[in-house]
Parts: sequence; structure tokens; C-alpha cells
Amino acid sequence: MYRFAERLAPWLAILCVLTLAAGLYLGLVVAPADYEQGDSYRIIYIHVPAAWMSMFVYMVMATSSAVFLIWRLKIADIVAVASAPIGAAFTAVALLTGSFWGKPMWGTWWIWDARLTSELLLLFLYLGYLALRGALESPQSASKAAAILAIVGVVNIPIIHFSVEWWNTLHQPASITKFDKPSMHISMLRPLLLMVLAFQLLYFHNLMVRVRALILQRENRASWVAELAEKNHV
Amino acid sequence: MSSSATLMLEAQGIQIWRGEHLIIDDVSVSVPASSIVQIQGSNGSGKTTLLRALVGLAEIDEGQLFWQGEPMTRVRDEFYASLLYLGHKPGITAGLTPYENLMALCPEIVANQTVEKETRKWVLAVLTQLGIGDRIDLPSVALSAGQQRRVALARLTLQQATLWVLDEPLTSLDAEGQRWVKQQIQQHVATGGSVVFTTHQPIEFDDETVITLSLAQPS
Amino acid sequence: MTSKKKEGPVNTGEFPSKQTVEFARGQRHDASAGHLCLRFFQRDLRLAVRSTGQWLNPLLFFVIVVSLFPLGIGPGPATLATIAPGVLWVSALLAMMLSLDSIFAHDYRDGTLEQMVVSGNPVSVMVIGKVMAHWVTSGLPLVLLSPLLGLMMQLPSAAYLTLVVSLLLGTLSLSFIGAIGAALTVSINQGGVLLSLLVLPLTVPVLIFGSSAVSAVASGLEASAHLSLLAAIATLSASLAPIAIAGAIRIGVAASR
Repeated sequence: MYRFAERLAPWLAILCVLTLAAGLYLGLVVAPADYEQGDSYRIIYIHVPAAWMSMFVYMVMATSSAVFLIWRLKIADIVAVASAPIGAAFTAVALLTGSFWGKPMWGTWWIWDARLTSELLLLFLYLGYLALRGALESPQSASKAAAILAIVGVVNIPIIHFSVEWWNTLHQPASITKFDKPSMHISMLRPLLLMVLAFQLLYFHNLMVRVRALILQRENRASWVAELAEKNHV
Repeated sequence: MSSSATLMLEAQGIQIWRGEHLIIDDVSVSVPASSIVQIQGSNGSGKTTLLRALVGLAEIDEGQLFWQGEPMTRVRDEFYASLLYLGHKPGITAGLTPYENLMALCPEIVANQTVEKETRKWVLAVLTQLGIGDRIDLPSVALSAGQQRRVALARLTLQQATLWVLDEPLTSLDAEGQRWVKQQIQQHVATGGSVVFTTHQPIEFDDETVITLSLAQPS
Repeated sequence: MTSKKKEGPVNTGEFPSKQTVEFARGQRHDASAGHLCLRFFQRDLRLAVRSTGQWLNPLLFFVIVVSLFPLGIGPGPATLATIAPGVLWVSALLAMMLSLDSIFAHDYRDGTLEQMVVSGNPVSVMVIGKVMAHWVTSGLPLVLLSPLLGLMMQLPSAAYLTLVVSLLLGTLSLSFIGAIGAALTVSINQGGVLLSLLVLPLTVPVLIFGSSAVSAVASGLEASAHLSLLAAIATLSASLAPIAIAGAIRIGVAASR
């Protein structure tokens, strides 16, 4: 797994930079300005992918937590730990950019719109997960307790989403789900999809780097780690 | 050494890490039927951890547990049904009286006695032997640590279990209490039961085959 | 220590001696699940009755927090009536959080949780009894007191029944959801704040449906949809949470030294 992560990481990095560059170029330069929002809409090229990733990473976390609890696969736990801060960062980015987007659109930095509120609650879930991990001394129990929390969280997320939508029915319809009848022009959509891909790659690259570091940290008593350390020193 | 058929509990190659520290390094324990196993070691030698691992309360990093020859993961329920575990924490709730505590901890004594009065008489007799018969209806919060310990130890007579796993059973007991516990252990072994316990000082038993396992701090 | 009677054999004739009883496997499994659950329910209820603070303190907290709102916002009846459903619900939620710590903390410290795990009985069944006892001692008093506080908050009279029903269903869910957090943080010293941090985001749906049910009725609308959603959440949490709680307890017990 360590070797796999080591080999994969640079490729992911290169791909990520390429798609990121292409996405940003198409999004910021090529795509036309919105006739209502002008150039300020362009922040969706960060906001939407970040919001997507915040959900996606939580799903990865919960899935690997379940795998860890059921099959006792240590690597699944490592993936979950490695994902949590990345997911929290994506959530924070989504919240921040949402707020920046809100200023020109609604004239205020924060509005209790359903999606922003859900994002905020998701951030709380991430922070709770990280806090629980930090609070438990024994690494074994921290892993398992956090895994249970992640699964409880993922069961709750749809209910939270539903309740927040209910609570605030005055929100924009989701802007990306209607592929059959696009509400966005193709020239705006293409960079958005590219950016989503770029964010995915960014996540996987980050994940690989963090997974490598965590494997080294956890297996520091294994002989192969010692060999590796020796080799790199010479 | 007895053949594996008569082994009650068996632990093979147990290794336990706590974070960066190796607590138990490759320890094997065999508990045959009708035997006493002393786990001896100084403070910090990991004897409590080993004991907790034997009853599934601490996680094992390497090694395997067997109950009557079967892997523990498959027969955990049967194992627990035959186990009496007295840990470092006595399991005595402060808000309940000794009688209520014992009724909560060993519910099967109710099933054995058809009339509650009989049960009470029995529990009272055992607590009297332990010198705390007059405390049977006092809230346990009014009991000293040693007295709470005695309430928990009353389970040795009240509860039916093939295997006793006891963590430092003689701590905070006076000479008489210690004699009582030793007597219980010998009687239990005489009737086919097994006892595993930890101690930092070896306990002398009259004529039993006592297996002593000395734990040293892993390097 | 009192003086002891003479040392003698443990079992004298009239008591069933261990020698006569065959060591039967699985003897402890005779108790049915319902019986097991009931045993822990009664035990915890008895404990709560004996320690008044355990159920009274959260109740007082509820009253005090609700009384703070008119002081902080102003006594205008119209304003109070508008915010009443939210204030009552948020205060009840916080009072429940306050009481959660006590579900497992004592049992962890005195070793009862360990004994539950090694008893071989299903932990998830035992915790249902404990959580129900928590609800009866912590949730139910809040529900019963809520009409009085509604009065103080100028809640329109039509909304009282909905307030009580929504809190009844909501506090039940909160007990079960909160018990997951209590079990996860059981081995942590001063886990109270962390417990709230973990549990509060999960309770958002209960809060939303509960307070909006009361608001809806207060402004002359129907609340049956809200209440059935609350009932659904209560059912879901009562059936799924015990599994998570049991898992968390096993982990918490293994984390102790």
C-alpha cells in the first residue's frame, strides 16, 4: 500500500495541476460573464467543487470506517483519518467561497440559505470527528470510536439535509443536477466539470501523501520502515 | 502440561501495544480445568492488561485466545456464560445497597431460589461470612473500599461460573478476608473450576497445583 | 470493620452448595431480552430516584434558560410569542445535553459497564433499558413542565398540546442520539463539552421539526406532518442507536486501564 501510494502520488499531482490549470483558464478567461451576476459568479468554479468534495470525502470516510469496523482493515482506518482534515478543509472552503459569493448576490456575507446551513452543519460533524479522535488517548479506541461516529454521521446527513431544506424552502434549486436540461451554458459547465475533476485529483493526491505519512508513523516499529529510513539517509 | 482437551482457557503469543509502548510481549497462558494460575509481576508489568485481554476487555494486537479449544471469536457467548470476572473496579454501584448490587450482578441466583426470602437469606449469610452482613441494606456509598471489595467478592459464592478471573483479589482485605478468598479459590478448584488471578506477591496454597506465570517488563 | 463470625465452610446445608449444581453452559442466557431491558430500566430508575440532583438539575436548568430570554430580549408579549417555540425547544435540547453525561459516566467509573460486557448478555438490549430510564427521568420532566414555561413565554394557547407531543417524541430521540455521544466519550475525562460538540449537530433535525411544529400550530397551521416526521426519527433512533451505543461502550471499556 505504501509503495502504491508512493507511485501514484506524483502522477496524481501532475494530472491535478493540469486539470486545475485548464479548468481555471476555461472558467476565468474563456467562459462568458453571466448576464445577471457579471464576473462574480465565477467563484462557483471553486465553491461548487469544494461543496461536492466536502460531501464526497465524508462518504469516503464513512465507507472506510465501516470497512475498518467490519473487516478490521487498518488501511481503511488510515484512509478515514487521512480524509477527515481534507474534508474539513473542503467544507471550510465551500463555506468561505459561499460567503464571498453571497456578498455580491445577496448583499450580505452570510445568509441562512439551506445549502450553506447544511455545509455549516457538515463542518461541525467533521470538527466533532476530529475532536473525538484527538480526545481519546489510545489509538485503537480512537480509531474505532471515530469510525462509529462517522457512520452515525453518515446515517444522519440525509436527515439533516432534508430537515434543513424543509426549514428553509426559500433557496436556489441545485444548479448542477439537471444534466438533461442544462440551466448553465455549456461554456460555463465545461470548466465547472473540469474543476470538479481537478478537486477530485487534489483530494486523492493529498490522500496518498497523508496515507503514506500515516503508514510510516504507525508502522515505525516495522523493519521495512527502518530500512527505508536508512536508505534515504545514505 | 495437560493435553489441549482439558484446557479451559488458552492464550497463545499475546502481544499488546499501547501506542508506542509494548506492554505484553509474546505471552502464552494455559488454564487447565481444576487449576489455579497466578499471574505475578511488579507494578507496570502489564498483568492487569493481560488479565483484561483474557476476558476480552483489552484489545490484543497479536496472538489468539481459545475457550475449551475453540477460537474465542466463535464461542465468546459461551465463554462469558461460564466466566466470573472481578476487575480492578469492583462493579459496585454507590447508589445501590450491597443486596441490590449483588442481585443486579448475578441475576441467576434469583432463578435458583424460588422464593425471594430464601435468596435474601443466602446473600445475608454470605455477607455475614465476609463480615458485612449488617451492611446489606445500606447504600454502598457508605461502605469503605475494602467493604465494597467484599461485596464484589461475595459473588464468588453466589454466582456459578466455571472460570474465575480475578484482578488482585487480596488487595484491601484483612488477614481474615484473605483467608476467606483463598478458601473459596481452593473449594472452586476442588469442584472442577479454574481460577486465574493477578498478584504482585505470590499467594501460598496448601496442596493445589498452582501454575505461576511471572511477567517481566518487556524490554 | 465489624467482628466476624467463625470461619466455616462456605455453603452450609440449607443453602444450595455449588458442588451440587452442575456447571451449566449458557445458564445466564435464560433471561429474555425484555426482562433484561426491564432490569436495567428499573435499576437506573431506582438510582435516579435516590439522587435527586440527577433529574432535578437539568429541569432547573431548563427553567432558568427559558427565563433568561425575556431578560435578554425584552418582555414584549408579541416578540416572546414569536420566539417561544424556538426558545422552549432549544432550552429543552440544552437541558437534555446536560443530563446525558450521567447515563454511563458512573457505570464506567465503578466498573458496571465492564460487568455488562462480560456478562455475555447483549449490550444493546441492556442499554435500551438504561436509555429509556434516562428519558423517563430527564426528558419526561421537561415535557411535563413545558406548558408552564410556555405560559411564561406567551405561547398561544392552541400550541400547548403540540408543544407537549413534539417534546415527548423529540426528547425520546434526543435520549437515544445523545446516548451514542455519551457512550463514545465515556472514557474521556471532562468529556461533557466534547459530548455536546458531537451530539448537537446530529440533533438538528429533531430541533427543526419540533420547533417548527409548535410554530406552525401557533400561527394556525397543521402540524401533523411535523409530528409524524418526529415520530419517524424517534423510531429510527430507538432502533438503530442501541447498536452504535453498544459498540461505543465496548470501545470505551477497552480504553480504560
